[in-house]
Amino acid sequence: MSEPLIYDISSPGRSGVNLPECDVPQAPLPQGYLREDLPLPEVSEVDLVRHFLRLSQLNYGVDKGFYPLGSCTMKYNPKVNEEAARLPGFVHTHPYQAACIVQGNLFLMYQLQEFLKEISGFSGVSLQPAAGAHGELAGVRMVRAYHESRGDHKRTRMLIPDSAHGTNPASTTMAGYETVKIVSTARGNVSLDDLRAHCDDTVAGLMLTNPNTLGLFDEHVQEIARLIHECGGLLYGDGANLNAIMGIVKPAALGFDVMHFNLHKTFSTPHGGGGPGAGPVGANDVLAPFLPGPIVVKDRMDEQCQSDNEEWEEETYCYHLQMPTSSIGRLKAFFGNFGICVRAYTYIRMLGAAGLRQASENAVLNANYLLSQLKGVYPLPYDRTCMHEFVVSGHLPDAADVHTIDIAKRLMDFGFHPPTIYFPLIVPEALMIEPTETESKETLDAFADALIQIAQEAKTNPELLHTAPHVTPVSRLDEVLAARQPILHCLKG
Amino acid sequence: MSYIPNTDADRAAMLKAIGVGSIADLFQDVPEALRYPQLNLPSPVSEPEILRELREISEYNVDLEHAPCFLGAGAYRHFVPTVVGHLIGRSEFYTAYTPYQPEISQGTLQTIFEYQSMICALTGMDVANASHYDGATSLAEAVVMAVNVARGKRRKIVVSADVHPEYRGVIRTYTQGMKLTVVGEDRGTGAASALAGIVDADTACVVVQNPSFLGYLEEPTGLRALANAAHAAGALFVVSADPISLGLFAPPADYGADIVCGEGQALGGGLNFGGPYLGYFACKQQYVHKMAGRLVGQTVDRHGERGFVLTLSAREQHIRREKATSNICSNEALMALAAAVYLTAMGKTGLRKVAELCYHKAHYAASRLSALPGYGLLSERPFFKEFPLRCPKPVEEINDYLLNEWGIIGGYNLGQDYPALAKTMLVCVTEMNTKEEIDTLVEALGSMEEKA
Repeated sequence: MSEPLIYDISSPGRSGVNLPECDVPQAPLPQGYLREDLPLPEVSEVDLVRHFLRLSQLNYGVDKGFYPLGSCTMKYNPKVNEEAARLPGFVHTHPYQAACIVQGNLFLMYQLQEFLKEISGFSGVSLQPAAGAHGELAGVRMVRAYHESRGDHKRTRMLIPDSAHGTNPASTTMAGYETVKIVSTARGNVSLDDLRAHCDDTVAGLMLTNPNTLGLFDEHVQEIARLIHECGGLLYGDGANLNAIMGIVKPAALGFDVMHFNLHKTFSTPHGGGGPGAGPVGANDVLAPFLPGPIVVKDRMDEQCQSDNEEWEEETYCYHLQMPTSSIGRLKAFFGNFGICVRAYTYIRMLGAAGLRQASENAVLNANYLLSQLKGVYPLPYDRTCMHEFVVSGHLPDAADVHTIDIAKRLMDFGFHPPTIYFPLIVPEALMIEPTETESKETLDAFADALIQIAQEAKTNPELLHTAPHVTPVSRLDEVLAARQPILHCLKG
Repeated sequence: MSYIPNTDADRAAMLKAIGVGSIADLFQDVPEALRYPQLNLPSPVSEPEILRELREISEYNVDLEHAPCFLGAGAYRHFVPTVVGHLIGRSEFYTAYTPYQPEISQGTLQTIFEYQSMICALTGMDVANASHYDGATSLAEAVVMAVNVARGKRRKIVVSADVHPEYRGVIRTYTQGMKLTVVGEDRGTGAASALAGIVDADTACVVVQNPSFLGYLEEPTGLRALANAAHAAGALFVVSADPISLGLFAPPADYGADIVCGEGQALGGGLNFGGPYLGYFACKQQYVHKMAGRLVGQTVDRHGERGFVLTLSAREQHIRREKATSNICSNEALMALAAAVYLTAMGKTGLRKVAELCYHKAHYAASRLSALPGYGLLSERPFFKEFPLRCPKPVEEINDYLLNEWGIIGGYNLGQDYPALAKTMLVCVTEMNTKEEIDTLVEALGSMEEKA
């Protein structure tokens, strides 16, 4: 049974909040400026709580079970991160307080910038971007600003492999560049021949995800970097898949010039049902001056700070905000998603260097183990050692009328969240599976068993898949109807 | 502590199943010379240690539970009802991702649908999306959308100088390389209706903020005239509005807005040192296909039961790639949930009451502060919860005195953005400021004059 809409349980005269009386003389309200009606629901506190609590129970999250959504790194979100981000000393600070009375916040942001620099090998990091796509936009704008600072205006094209996330070409367009697609080889690498054919002095750069969206580490990444640099372009890194390589290799060492991080993927901050995330961007010496700002810098403590912070441990330093010298500017108001930064800081401090490497090693181990269990059952278009994720096809032999969507929907009946489906686009009927390091062997075995049983059902009882899911709060939804006759709110009139 | 359940025995069994001897064998594709770099990070700490460390770091801040605060300027301290934290703290909500699989995401989808409905109610617009990163990026996306609505043929953006300076900065960053001209900012602060004179056939949109960055309420008839001028020239009218003000004042649809957006942090979000916040975004029905971001729509399942799905996704990057309206993917869904819970708790009467409390307290503060010798209001224009206060000394000096001698966090220094407004403080008063705090501020500023 479905949960009523909040407007359907509204009743005139009810209220869910208790506000203070006005303790000052009232001023006249300006006539002609006021609104007549405010059509918000009227609900008591208990009905409000029950409504949203019951809605929460219709959701599936990492805390409920296995969530192998490829490219999204749905690892466990440690509870201590949440506790940290809710400390009143962080929550109740205003972004325009004087630097001297938010030294704690600025210190934490500075440290996180330093941690991300160390993990990636870059020389500068800005915490400004609010999401991965926002970090990408920053990166592409930085590439553009770099070329223009040199008076090089003929570079109008951004090269993007055909396996890339959709955000890559979309960010490129937003930055005013033309997108040029580079094909992949049968081994899942960027085609060096195709890349060579496109490298010239109109190329601004290449956006590369490595490991790529097939879950494969490009075997020629250094040659790719050499080729793009040789023609005067820059190498952008989509850091969505950093969870495979922490402490394994530094992206800057591979030849990347600029890259975004996803704190909500790699560094365990929760995904929030679709945000908030955070997409800090890192850059090498050449591009760091163009980073979006402000960023946090540290200085010798001046007298003002000293007097306000007598007990400060690192009493010789004072932290403040600064725009990088050739910054592309602001990407949002204030300084980035600070609450997400607190969670990522907590995670990195608890894991340390060895823990981060173990996380990547076990993420790759778990993915290869799950792959080994499914090999021979689901077609594997690229039969190589994978990194933290892998892609199989849902196009099963002897089950021609079963599609990936049916397999995904049927998985819900087994209590699992389906993998990413129909992406990357270069694999027909793709199932992109990312188990992450926080899952046990038992969970991976149970998931493999479910997928193997579903492959059997596809042959013996395809109708069971076509009509799936069967045990979810609602059955398969009519997305065509939703798009054809959009109902986007429930207000009357 | 890496939150890894695998034991050594598990790892041995898994490696055997894979057919390799060691985990290192899985990384053969990584260039050998670059493999396993040293990471110089601090030694890891345990859970009690990290909690102690973070509490200590947080205590180097002065937080607003311990200091009366009169700072606003785009980030506001409003009351967050207790239910908000409890409900957004349900991990069924916060450990889910974007609802790609609607059958097991009805919780997120229905709350976003209800959030969209309530944003339409507040703004008077036809459709609202699932959110943007913050008020600044939602405004920048509105500008980009207006350029797209004009199919790129209109190259001029008219922006009021009374729009938040950082929002104007973000508009500049977003439109770099798009060969657009941003005009209007040099005309100084004042009534937005004065912008009508620079709207022409090349204008894609006119952008105003109401209440303005200086806190003033724009006159609805003046805004209507500006909207008419924009529409007559074929341009869109974009309004950035404080959602709390909409509990009391006319919705932008009433004076002709095509797009309404703004910062939704005040709707149950808390301050959090500037993020995560919530960019709300609403527009007229006719522009829905040019809108960026996620949209939730109502539909039915196989059995005819009502349900909700992400819809009209043909606008978006994962389908349209380089032809998408924006690159936005993850947004601020959990903050939208907070806003939905907040607006439900407030309801029809509560939000109006919050807005009235802000209005009355700010006016009480303005009348008392402006009566102090050397102080005065910048103008007699009507305002909501913020007002510019002319001061006898530089604002930094006053704020240092307030903090050091009285433990009060003073207002925003307008001189840093508007040279003409040197020695002018933007004072913000919300329902969280008690009469006692306001009286203490008045006493403090009065005593400073006596000392001088």
